[in-house]
Amino acid sequence: MGKFQLITKGLVKENPTFVLLLGMCPTLATTTSAINGMSMGLATMFVLILSNMAISAIAGLIPDKVRIPSYIVVIATFVTLLQFVMQAYTPAMYETLGLFIPLIVVNCIVLGRAEAFANKNSVVDSALDGLGIGLGFTLSLTLLGLVRELLGNGSAFGFKFIQGDGILAFVLAPGAFLALGYLIVLFRKVTAKKNN
Amino acid sequence: MAVKSSFKNMVLCLFVICLVCSGLLAGVYALTAEPIRKAAEAKTNNAIAVVVPEFTGAPVMGTVNAGGKDYTYYTVSNKGLVSGYAIKTSSVGFGGPLELMVGLTADGVIYNTSVLSQSETPGLGAKCVEPSFAGQFVKFDPSKKKLAVKKDGGDVDAITASTITSRAYCVALENALDAYKAIVAGSSAAADDTCADEGCCGTCAENSCGMDCQGDVCQVEEGGCSGDCSSCSSSCEEACGECANESNE
Repeated sequence: MGKFQLITKGLVKENPTFVLLLGMCPTLATTTSAINGMSMGLATMFVLILSNMAISAIAGLIPDKVRIPSYIVVIATFVTLLQFVMQAYTPAMYETLGLFIPLIVVNCIVLGRAEAFANKNSVVDSALDGLGIGLGFTLSLTLLGLVRELLGNGSAFGFKFIQGDGILAFVLAPGAFLALGYLIVLFRKVTAKKNN
Repeated sequence: MAVKSSFKNMVLCLFVICLVCSGLLAGVYALTAEPIRKAAEAKTNNAIAVVVPEFTGAPVMGTVNAGGKDYTYYTVSNKGLVSGYAIKTSSVGFGGPLELMVGLTADGVIYNTSVLSQSETPGLGAKCVEPSFAGQFVKFDPSKKKLAVKKDGGDVDAITASTITSRAYCVALENALDAYKAIVAGSSAAADDTCADEGCCGTCAENSCGMDCQGDVCQVEEGGCSGDCSSCSSSCEEACGECANESNE
């Protein structure tokens, strides 16, 4: 697989949100607006790239039976680093994403890539894989956030262009499921056409 | 995997990983502790600046107990006179705790309010941060208006379909008023034989006289200060002078 494909496969073929359906908890919960979705995606991408690199570097030294706890410790370290940095330099963003930053630790995308890719591949490939999957996750979350914000609040990235409220349900939890469901349908339809 | 899963290897591996990770975290924590503290401070200071009248110097933090609850409050002063209090208060909203910073002028009128944290429903209760709701508490005088939603016979317009949040907001303000009463009661008790009463518009506390002002009673009368004001420090004299001017107008 070419280096470029490592990145692009995360966007479409192995899109974590629309194809692999991984990391649904932060996906549904944080995408109340496009900005929130994007920040969550970027935060996850940051952890994903670093943890992929670290795990791929040390994978040969870890006994098989304790690999999962080791990965979790590595991932948790990066998440906590991110948490400190965000708290210090982007306190407003930190407050919005709140609980979901620490929960990146148990995001199955991060652990999944460590287990499925990083421990068998080189550091560079793992970093690219992290970048690709991370980008895919970020774009999906931004898209989902954008759709929900448009329908629910009549704004995009915080710019309001209708007076009053939108369809409020889309900002709330049920709207997250609806929007995600229809986006998956749309995504499948588009990619199926391409494959035929 | 290259390494055998023997007991020794597993323990060693986890030990080393944990050691390295905790070392890394300790380092980053040390680096970010200061910016995190500053960010939290800036947030509090911004919230204070929004809710109280113009002030000089830094807000002075204190705690007060009212109705069995402890409140953190910040006293702000303008040219040595206490000009208002910013009180941190909270109540239980629809989605969780609702934390407010409530600013009161020295005479107990709500100057402004600001939401520190809330987890109300987006689009419904979360509108409590918007001026359409929060704006009605600007210069809200609790001695003239009743602090309760209209449904409960008060003077507060509730947010449509979010009565619980609106009520919680009122309760939080009510708590702040209790805290304010406790602060005022506390400070006049503490400043017992100082020039707390009449003098310097009733707020001549230690800091405004610049000294213990024991026995220094500044009387504000028409035409300026009289009484023992001369023995007060200059800051108190200035304050008295200003008060007198104001009362003349």
